[in-house]
Amino acid sequence: MFMTWLFLALIVIALVWAISAYNKLIALKGNTINAWKQIDVQLKRRHDLIPNLVEAVKGAMEFERETLEAVIQARNQAVKIQADAMPTGGVQQLAAAEAALSSALGRLNVVVERYPDLKATSNVAQLQEELTSTENRVSFARQLYNDTATTYNVKQQQFPWNMIAGFAKAEPVELWEITDEQEREVPKVDLSMKPKE
Amino acid sequence: MSDANLFEQQAANRRRSAILVAIFLLFFAWIGFGGDLIFHLYTTDAGTSSYSPQVREDAASYRHMFPWFGVCATLLGVAMAWWGWKKGPKEILWATGAWEMIEPSRAEEKVLVNVVEEMAIASGLPRPTVWIIPDRDPNAFATGTAVDEAHVAVTEGLLDTLNRDELQGVVAHEMAHIRNHDVKLMTLLAALVGVMALIADGTRRLIWYGGVGRRRGGGGGKKGGAGALVAILLIAWLFSVILAPIVSRLLALGVSRKREFLADATAAQFTRNPAGLASALRKIEDAAEPTKAIKRGTAHLCIADPAGRRLTHKQGRVANLLATHPPMALRIARLKAMAYQYDKTGEIPEAV
Repeated sequence: MFMTWLFLALIVIALVWAISAYNKLIALKGNTINAWKQIDVQLKRRHDLIPNLVEAVKGAMEFERETLEAVIQARNQAVKIQADAMPTGGVQQLAAAEAALSSALGRLNVVVERYPDLKATSNVAQLQEELTSTENRVSFARQLYNDTATTYNVKQQQFPWNMIAGFAKAEPVELWEITDEQEREVPKVDLSMKPKE
Repeated sequence: MSDANLFEQQAANRRRSAILVAIFLLFFAWIGFGGDLIFHLYTTDAGTSSYSPQVREDAASYRHMFPWFGVCATLLGVAMAWWGWKKGPKEILWATGAWEMIEPSRAEEKVLVNVVEEMAIASGLPRPTVWIIPDRDPNAFATGTAVDEAHVAVTEGLLDTLNRDELQGVVAHEMAHIRNHDVKLMTLLAALVGVMALIADGTRRLIWYGGVGRRRGGGGGKKGGAGALVAILLIAWLFSVILAPIVSRLLALGVSRKREFLADATAAQFTRNPAGLASALRKIEDAAEPTKAIKRGTAHLCIADPAGRRLTHKQGRVANLLATHPPMALRIARLKAMAYQYDKTGEIPEAV
C-alpha cells in the first residue's frame, strides 16, 4: 500500500516537473524568436535605407561607380539571404553577408567624406545618421539574441531537460557570430583629420 | 550585470521603497498622534483645578480625547504621498519646464531619439518618452513609476555639448536607472520629500496659531511628572517637525549617491563604450554653471548635481553628506578603468 502511494507520488512529481520544464522551454524558444525578430526588423530597416543613400549620393559621384555598385550588390545579397534566414539555420551566412555589406558601406562613407558639399546640401548627413543608428541597433539586438539563444541552447541540452526537448520541438539555434578572421577586422572609416563633432 | 545581480538589485530597491514608505508613515503617525498625546496630557487635568463649576465645565470641554490631529495628518499624508506617486513624474517634468519630444525637428533631436531607441534595445526595455529641458547647462535625468512608464529628460545644453558617443553614454546611464528600478525609488523619494516639507510647514503654522489661542484660554497649572513628560514630548515633537525636511532630504541624497556608481557600470555594459560616458561626465563637469531649470527637490534624479557647485570635487564626510552624487573625478576614474579593462580583455567588468 505504502509502495503504491510512493509510486503515485513520484509519478505526480515527475509529471509536474515535466510540464513546467516543457513550458520553460517553450518560453525560452519564444524569447529567442522574439530576439531574432528584433534583429530582423533592424536589418530590414538598414536594407531599406541603403537605396536612399545611394540615390542621394549618385548624382554627385558619378565617377565612383564601382564603390556604389559594390554597396548595392552587397545589399541585394544580404536581402536575399535574410529572406530565408531563421534562428535554426542561415544565421551565420546572414552574419557574413551583413559584415560584407558593412565593409562596402564603410568604403562608401570614406568616399562621401571627400565631397563636403554633398553632406551640406542634401539629406546625406541625415541618412548617414540613420544608418549609424541602425547599425548600433543591430549590434545591440545581436547581443540580446546571442544571450537568449545561448540560454536556450544550453537548457535544451542539459540533463534532464533534454528528455523534454523533443516534446517541445526544441532545436539548437545558431548564434550570430563572425567566424572569419578577415571579417572580424573592423573597417576604419573615419580617416578625416577633423575633430569629431 | 548578471541576471541574479539585477534581480537582487531590483529586490533591494523594492525593499528600500517599502522601508521608506514605512518610515514616512511612522513619521506622520508621530506628528499627528504625538501631537494628540501631548495635547491630551496637557488638557487631562484641565477642569479639575479649583475654579468655579462654570469654568470647570468649560475647561472639561477643552479636554482632548479623540486623536483628530493624528487621523487628519495620516489621511492627509497618505493622500498626498499617493498623489505625489501618481502625478510625481509629470510634476517633476513640468517643474523643469520640459516639453515632450514627439517629432524631432533638429538634427540633434533626431540623434537623441535614435540613441534612446538604441539604448532601449540594449537594455531590453520599452522605449521611454523623451523630454527636452530648455536650459543651457548640460544635464539629464530619468523619472517614472515603472519600467514601462518611464521618462528621460535632457537639457538643450546637453544636446549641443556632447557628441553621439557621449550622448549615448548619458542616455545609457539614465536607462540603467530605469532598469535597476532606481527611478521608482527616486520618484517616491522626491514625492515624499515634497510632502514632508509641506506637512512640516503646515504644522509649524498650526502650532503658531494654536499656541496663541491656548495662551488666551489660560489653561491650568502643570505640575509634577505629567508636566515633565509633556515638556519632553513637546520638545521631541517640535524637533522632529523642524528637522523632518532636512532629514528627509539627507536621506534622499544618501540613497541617490550609492546608485550612481552602479548606473555608470550598467551604462558601460549597455554601450560597451565606457570612455563615451567618461568624456560626457568630464564635459558636464566642466560646464560649471548651475542648471537653473532643475530645482533642489529633484537634484538626486540628475546625472550630475544641478547646483553646479564645486562640492563634487571634494571628498570627506561633510561634502559626502551634502552631495547628491559621488565625486565626479572618482566616477570618471572608474569608467576609465573599465575602458582600459575592456580594451585589454574585451569584457566589461561588472564593477571596478
